[in-house]
Amino acid sequence: MKILVMVKRVSDPNVIIRVNADNSAVDLNNVKMAINPFCEIAVEEAVRLKEAGVASEVIALSIGESQSQDQLRTALAIGADRALLIESEEALEPLAVAKLTAKVVAEEEIGLVLLGKQSIDTDNGQTGQMLASIMGVAQGTFTSKLEVSGEKVNLTREVDSGLQSISLTLPAVISCDLRLNEPRFASLPNIMKAKRKPLETKAAADFGVDLAPHIKTLKVEEPNTRQAGVVLSSVAELVEKLNIEKEAV
Amino acid sequence: MTILIIAEHDNGSLKEITLNAVTAATEIGGDIDMLVAGENCASAAQAAAKISGISRVRVADHACYNGQLAENVAALIQSVASEYSHIIAPSTSNGKNILPRVAAALDVAHFSDIISVESPDTFKRTIYAGNAIATVQSDDAIKVLTVRGTAFPLSEQNGSAIIEALSTVKDLGLSTFIDESVAESERPELTSASTIISGGRGMQSGDNFQMLEKVADKLGAAVGASRAAVDAGYVPNDMQVGQTGKIVAPDLYIAVGISGAIQHLAGMKDSKVIVAINKDPDAPIFQVADFGLVADLFDAVPELDQAL
Repeated sequence: MKILVMVKRVSDPNVIIRVNADNSAVDLNNVKMAINPFCEIAVEEAVRLKEAGVASEVIALSIGESQSQDQLRTALAIGADRALLIESEEALEPLAVAKLTAKVVAEEEIGLVLLGKQSIDTDNGQTGQMLASIMGVAQGTFTSKLEVSGEKVNLTREVDSGLQSISLTLPAVISCDLRLNEPRFASLPNIMKAKRKPLETKAAADFGVDLAPHIKTLKVEEPNTRQAGVVLSSVAELVEKLNIEKEAV
Repeated sequence: MTILIIAEHDNGSLKEITLNAVTAATEIGGDIDMLVAGENCASAAQAAAKISGISRVRVADHACYNGQLAENVAALIQSVASEYSHIIAPSTSNGKNILPRVAAALDVAHFSDIISVESPDTFKRTIYAGNAIATVQSDDAIKVLTVRGTAFPLSEQNGSAIIEALSTVKDLGLSTFIDESVAESERPELTSASTIISGGRGMQSGDNFQMLEKVADKLGAAVGASRAAVDAGYVPNDMQVGQTGKIVAPDLYIAVGISGAIQHLAGMKDSKVIVAINKDPDAPIFQVADFGLVADLFDAVPELDQAL
């Protein structure tokens, strides 16, 4: 079974971003970029499935600007076999990303798609569900444990009330949550080896898919910031403040 | 305009966050239907009929909707979608699981986790862990959106909607629900609690959360946790507050041994009053706290427990 794992280039999760001067977007000039943390977990899981003999090949896919090659190299260093970059200088919406990915899935005869449950930039959390919908297959979102067994994949999902167990028929799309695994650090030899692994580039426009945006961003603003309050010197003082607040409520 | 709201429920009862979604729908305007899909979900449907502003409750009660599997529920919603201008769900794990699947099937965009309704086609939502707010608009014929519960007040419950059975059975046979382990607790739910006390990595172990539970019981509070505490295995995932966990906005939020990483702040910074107890005076949590106490939590929390 071939696994497709999706990788997104995002701003480093530890960087606090700013809105640009004309309130049209977030200012990403000179911002450190990285692989989306949830995508990294997906890559790790795909590689583990290959190491366990479940997967025959792991293909990493990124859809975005040409610099996304850096994040694909990261995926290759973790252990993906080859990579595909579908280039688009325009930021694409989850629906367009899902449509492009569905084309790749069909072409490559993919048995399982792994991806992050959300990207930490747009915080949409839609791509996996949309892809499963377009493919007409089962979906497992917010997955914290997975086990492939024959034609099925058994999952534990992190849901609001606790944990849910479900079983899906393959092929399927699975979105990864934080607790699925801890991604390995790519070793230097593997980083060097990744540079020689195949990375193919295609243009998004060549897929014959409707990429037109459905959503217009009218404005991007900074949120109201909280003012730091007072530092108290004792628990007694804290209890006093809490009592005042309680009465106010 | 007619709006369809997907009820959040556990068959036996309706979850309060559904009432927040109804308020968002009321702000959009138009008739509102509510869909209750589940198995043996009649009592949830009766609760839904009491929500003010709902004209019709449609109940799809069938074994194939047990566990609210995304494949089947999305197909059910798709089968009635053409009757609606908006399809709305609360931003819960169910809503987030099901609605993007519906949107793709309808070939329309999905608005995730909106925090305000500007007009029937324009909404605000947070991006970059709440560090920016985007105003977004779409001309799609059907708007599909999830609603952040804490951003909208609860709707009233003095309505009397008609209840109709929706007998459509969409069993795609792609997925099987096995079971769900529900954390039993006498305390209020995180997303609707008026007071929350949360612990972070500083708690050092799951056992130490008992200190917070004692204080929580005195305050009538829910107990939450930072991602670090959940990752370390101290407490289960359903307690996580943050960008990728639960978004909360209680009247009082007490952060204990939590440094205040960006992703945690994204989940709680809309709380009315924030209290931080941390031994590191430089912890970022103090930058958003109304009241900060620089102290060892193992001294401060038992003292707080005594004093309450």
